[in-house]
Order: sequence, then C-alpha cells, then structure tokens
Amino acid sequence: MKTAGIISLAVLVVISLSSLLAPLVSGYDPDMIDLESLREPPGVRHPLGTDNKGRDILSRILYGGRISIGIALTAAIFSMTIGLAIGLCSGYFGGKIDAALMALVDLVLSFPSLLLAIGISIILPQGIYTVVIAIVSVGWASFARLIRGNVLVLREASYVEAAKSIGCSRLRILFAHLMPQCIPVLLVMTGLRMGGFILTEASLSFLGLGAQPPVATWGSMINANRAYLASAPWMVFSPGVMIAATALCFNVLGDALRDRYGMNTKG
Amino acid sequence: MLTFTLTKALPGDPVLSMVGERAQPEVVEKIRREIGADKNVTEQYLGYVGLLLKGEFGRSYYTNRKVFDDLVAKFPNTFKLALGAMAIALPVGLFFGFISAIRKDTLTDRIISTVSVTGLSVPVFWSGLLIMYLFSLQLKLLPPSGTGDIRFLILPALTLSLPALATLSRITRTAILEVCGMPFITTARAKGISESKIRFIHMLKNALIPVVTVIGLDFASYLNGAVLTETIFGWDGIGRFTMEGIIKRDYPVIMGCVISGTVIFVLINLLVDIIYHYLDPRIRIR
Repeated sequence: MKTAGIISLAVLVVISLSSLLAPLVSGYDPDMIDLESLREPPGVRHPLGTDNKGRDILSRILYGGRISIGIALTAAIFSMTIGLAIGLCSGYFGGKIDAALMALVDLVLSFPSLLLAIGISIILPQGIYTVVIAIVSVGWASFARLIRGNVLVLREASYVEAAKSIGCSRLRILFAHLMPQCIPVLLVMTGLRMGGFILTEASLSFLGLGAQPPVATWGSMINANRAYLASAPWMVFSPGVMIAATALCFNVLGDALRDRYGMNTKG
Repeated sequence: MLTFTLTKALPGDPVLSMVGERAQPEVVEKIRREIGADKNVTEQYLGYVGLLLKGEFGRSYYTNRKVFDDLVAKFPNTFKLALGAMAIALPVGLFFGFISAIRKDTLTDRIISTVSVTGLSVPVFWSGLLIMYLFSLQLKLLPPSGTGDIRFLILPALTLSLPALATLSRITRTAILEVCGMPFITTARAKGISESKIRFIHMLKNALIPVVTVIGLDFASYLNGAVLTETIFGWDGIGRFTMEGIIKRDYPVIMGCVISGTVIFVLINLLVDIIYHYLDPRIRIR
C-alpha cells in the first residue's frame, strides 16, 4: 500500500497543479464557442476533442477541476473544523451536551446522504456555495463522532490528569492538550472522506444542482454531454476519468495513511 | 419538514417555470391560487404538515396527481432495481472478500483490493454510461433504456451493484481476517476439522455479522444511487421521479421523494438491528 499511496499523492499533485495552471497547459478558453469544430474527436488540435458547442474539452476539464476539487477541499475543511469542535465538546464535557450533540450526529447519519444533500441544494439558491453547504451539512457528522471517540480515550490519559493537578483550566486542557492529539486522526479521516466528497460534488452537479452553466464541472459536463454518448463518446469519457481518478487517488491515499498510522477510524 | 419550510422561502418561482416567462399575468395568478402559492409561508407550511399527518405529500405542480400515489406506483420498480443490484452484489462481493481474505497478501488479494477501491471511486452515473455504451451501443446486447422486463433491468442493476459490491468485498475481507485470529478457529484446527469446513462454516458464518450491517447501509447507497442510475437508464422508479422533480422545480415531488426515501432508509436500519439480534445473541436490543 505504501507505493500505491505515494503514486496517488503524485497523481493528485499533477491533477491539482494542472488545474491551477490551466492556462499554461491548454491554450483554449474553456467557454469559447467554436462553431467550426463541433464534436471534434480527440486529435492534434484538441487533445481530448471538443463538445457540441465546439469548446475544448481539455480546457473545460482543467478549469472544471478547479471548481470540483475546490468545492471538495473547502467542504472537507469546514467538515473537519465543525466535526472537531463538536467532537471535542461532546467528548470532553460529556453529560447532556454529549447526549444532545450525539443525537444530532445520529440524526444526520440516519439520512441517506445524497438525498439530504439534494434536499439542501434545492432550498438554497443554486451555485457553488450551496454545494459546499450541502456537502458540509452531511459531512461533519462522521468527523464529530470520530473525534468524540478519540477524546473519550484521551481524557483518561495520565498527562491530562497531570495537567489538571497543576491547575490548568478546562479550556487549556481542551485546546492545548487534547486538540493537538486529535489532529493526525482528523487528517487521516479527511483523506478517507475526500474521495466521497469529490463523488458527492460530481453527483450534485450531474443532477444540475451544482455550479450553473456556462461554468463547467466534471459532473455537469457528463450530464450535458451524455445525449451524445453514441456519436461522441469522448465527451463523456474524459470528465468521468477525472472524477474516478481523483476519487480513487484520495481513497488509496486515505487507506495508506490509515495503515501507516495504524489508526482505528471507526470512532 | 424543516426542509420544506425553507423550500418555500427560496427564490425561483415554480409557477413561472411552469408556464414560461411570457405567460399572461392572469394565468399565472390562477395557477398560483390553485397550488396555494398565494398564501403566506406559514399557511403553506401548516397546510403541508397537515397533509403529512394524513399520510400525503400534496399534489405535483405539473401533473396535478397526488405525489403519494405516484410514489406508491413507482416504488415497486425501484425495489426491483435494488433487489437486482443486491442479487449481483451480495454473492460476488462475499466471494471476492472471502477469496481475498484467505489468499491474503497474494497477487489475487491485491487485484481484488484494487478492483474494490476502484469500484468505490467510480461515480455510478459515469460507470452506468460506460456500461450502456459497451453493452447497448457497441455490442447491442441489451436495450439502453426504458422500464420493462428483465432485459431492461440487467444494466441498471449491474451499475447500481458496483459500489455496493466493492464495500461488501472490503468488509467481508476485514471481517474474515478478524475471525481468523479467534481462539475458536485454532480449537477447530486442533480438533482436526478439515480446512475447507473451517473456512466455510466457522469463519464465514461468524464474519457475517458486520456484513449484515453493510448490506443495510448498502440499501442506503441504493437509494442514493437510484436517483443517478434510474435517470441514466430511464428506469421509471422513485429515483428518476426525484430527478424530474428537481429539473421542473416541482417541490411537492422532491419533498415527497426525499422524505419517503429517508423513512424507508430508517426502516431498513431498524430491520438490520433486528436481524442482528438473531445472528448474534450477544447483542441485546435495549
């Protein structure tokens, strides 16, 4: 798994960098309509072909990658932070706070995630931020549960007792002693969940609930182009390869990190 | 229900998207009155809660049919699809996981692990299109889309089964490896019970407990995946109904689908807990 993890990381770096540096990789404007070259198969001029409006697919994939990966990353950061805060409170304070917060976690986890995300995306005005909110409102729960489980174990540790006995305040114990200990497990969990976030973003934008046209995302490209599956399959293949490759690399990387640090992420 | 209150507050007028931007104002007003959009949000919400209490979801803005009736009519199709997917995922996933565990760290194990992590990473709406491209458009073996007999069912069921298959095989592998280290396996070996009997009876049976949970959770992923898979294959179930609702901003339909999907999901989880109890008497239902 070790080599696989490193390869995945390398592939992810390549995908992210080429998305960030999209103008250098592909000379075409992703939204430029070129009626002279409609549905051109992959070739020298357009390495991945063009779509039904003559737009360069490579460019659209690269610029779309900024949005797809950007949304997944932002969602991961928010889910992590919220999950960490709630998990810390729940695990450390215990009692009624714990019971209430964990009931909320159970409630969120008892929804089918995509249906919940769909529900949220139709409530808010459509766009990128809504997708982030939809993913985060489902995503934070598993982080919270994991961190809580960790804190429950950690707070019995002797160094916490030592800190208490020299008179550290509860907040100090929480933030200076417990929180840093949770960071590694949090990062592993993020690695494991990023693949899922990429897929949720792709599914929502496939359903038309993500970033709105003409902005391209991987999911929306597949939805827009699937009518041409028979005549121009390349229009559907390449965005899907990007989603699958990115999600796969995050999953493999997450597995590798978990194995490396021998962590139990079940929470 | 919370979701619904907010749905009502959102911009984007369903009436306008129904009749088009250039419709006559009188027509718009008339329809608005019919679907109750002229009342304020509180009244609409109370009305909706009242409907829910009666076990209804209101009427579709478009077809004016009761959402509940449509859901009931479409449910068997989704159920068929989920069963079909389960029929593929269960045996194959168990088999892969089992082989992978007893051949741990061999090439076979590595190939299966790679395949299953890939299965988890490929979006179903894309794998569905690839499967359709290969089997319907290139090989012309099966119809690309529609609802009907088993020929229409195979491709969407296959698509829907892929992620479930992957999860199942991973969990089965872990579960069997965990059981392998248990003292009772050593005892069985010491008693001279044949290795194949140990594998199939002692290991597999005890590994089934975590697997049952996953099957329950997989049903959730079927509900998620059904929205995407049914859309692609034009399978007339709840999933496609949801997608059509989304496109037309037909809120009673969307809410009906989301709520009923959640209820089904919770019921399945309850069922799993009960089955659990029978499989492992150590677990007591409180």
